[in-house]
Amino acid sequence: MLSLLKKELHSYFITPIGYVFVAVYLAVNGVLFTNLTLKATVPTTSVEAYFTSSVLALVLLVPLLTMRSFSEERKMKTDQLLLTAPISLGAMVGAKLLGAYIVYALTVVASSMNMIALGIYGATINYGAIFGSYLSLLLIGLACVSIGVFISALTENQLISAVMTMAFLLVIVYLSLFNSQIESDFLRTVLSWISLLDRYALFTYGIFDLSSLIYYLSIAGVFYFLTVRVFEKRRWG
Amino acid sequence: MIKIQNLVKNYGSIEAVKNISFTVEEGEIVGFLGPNGAGKSTVMNILTGYLSSTSGEVEVNGVNVLENPLDAKRQIGYLPEQPPLYPDMTVKEYLGFVFDLKGCKLPKKEHLAEICEVVKIKDVYNRVIRNLSKGYRQRVGIAQALIGNPKVVIFDEPTVGLDPKQIIEIRSLIRELGRHHTVILSTHILPEVQAVCDRIVIINRGRIVANEKTTEISRAVQGAGKMSVKICGPEKDVYSALRAIPGVQSVTVLGAQDADSITYYVESERGLDIRKVLFRTVAQKGWTMIGMEAMGVNLEDIFLSVVEDPADATAKKKNRKGGNV
Repeated sequence: MLSLLKKELHSYFITPIGYVFVAVYLAVNGVLFTNLTLKATVPTTSVEAYFTSSVLALVLLVPLLTMRSFSEERKMKTDQLLLTAPISLGAMVGAKLLGAYIVYALTVVASSMNMIALGIYGATINYGAIFGSYLSLLLIGLACVSIGVFISALTENQLISAVMTMAFLLVIVYLSLFNSQIESDFLRTVLSWISLLDRYALFTYGIFDLSSLIYYLSIAGVFYFLTVRVFEKRRWG
Repeated sequence: MIKIQNLVKNYGSIEAVKNISFTVEEGEIVGFLGPNGAGKSTVMNILTGYLSSTSGEVEVNGVNVLENPLDAKRQIGYLPEQPPLYPDMTVKEYLGFVFDLKGCKLPKKEHLAEICEVVKIKDVYNRVIRNLSKGYRQRVGIAQALIGNPKVVIFDEPTVGLDPKQIIEIRSLIRELGRHHTVILSTHILPEVQAVCDRIVIINRGRIVANEKTTEISRAVQGAGKMSVKICGPEKDVYSALRAIPGVQSVTVLGAQDADSITYYVESERGLDIRKVLFRTVAQKGWTMIGMEAMGVNLEDIFLSVVEDPADATAKKKNRKGGNV
């Protein structure tokens, strides 16, 4: 599994994909950060608005990271190498998932340098909120990456993989935005329960919410499991 | 070494493989033949653990592929029809990755150097795979299959798309590999099987239709009694002299290729070798024979006769007659 993980990380950076992802993610977050905190109409050190919009960058950019995960392998027929090698399906999917996630997580960590500016120019800083926000960015990212990897296992076309992932993430992240148009209380509760964003919001206030943590991990677990199933089914098909 | 018993594979309602059984002994090179869609690749994919069988047993070196897939996979090196290469990697990176992926315990550097020596890719070792020619890619694919010294090596059409020189090299390489490995080779190219394999398994519509030693098949081919002879001498006399040889069924004048010799197509009774008599007849008359070539039933004829319905085969044969097959 380690060998495949190494290869995954390596392949992100022998192709432009890894660099493009890191660069665009950092650039977008830099712009969002300056415009929503220090340079906002009313300058503020509250990072709530920044983290909420940062999720959009995540939704749009994670597909870039996961689109080739399995699609590329299938298209180049290198999946035959992986599937006939003495490693289990679980390890194979795990390595793919972890490979994409490590690139994502390191980029998020790198983007935290934005906070240095906050420390220099801002006075009051809510460390709890900042820490919580990064934790939740990492968690929501794990859920999104696992969804992306799952979708890439379904198609050998990278473009379809990316677009499908983007559409799926937009829906599951912003589901609760439909709430204002929904009459039924029950339905609203369900939608905001599923919506990745509503759970995310709690963290940006600096509240650690265990149920959300479990929720994100479960999403990742479910899609990991489904991805393994895709390969099992193909094998038995 | 490989034991396949009552193997069945269904894709939905389609039966791709219907109850196949055969064994491959250690150190044997077996040619696996069949028309497209016969189930060849399915059998290979099941053997390598890429697919699962619907029912039946597959054992590799005593390890059941279904019950113990990881151990079975360790025994097998596989070169699929399209070599599974990562174009962005260098040969070195790629082979290093495969080495780690297979979890080899051998000393890495020495083992990879040894394999590169065998498949002759040393001079492209540090190049990016994307930039390699087809022949080199194929070799890198073979190198990948050999990593870890697997007991069994499986090649799916290894010479497709190579130039004649490369084909000969790859074939002799496979022959060489047969000394230390058990090899299964799938191909459409019949002379390749004749040149390389110890045994031939022909499969059609999901069933085995022939399973013979290559030498036996070659004997059948030689006794077939069709040949072309090139003789310098007056056409009419030569023709009647050839007709007069006992056992000759028909003689056709194929025409003159150069100034003074004419090529004849001679068909004799099956199993009767008329070559000596033919030579002596020509010599006695004072003519010169400058060429004799057994055309015989080649492997293709055998292949078609076992693979197709009899009616189908005759029709095909008629169509093929003029062609150079």
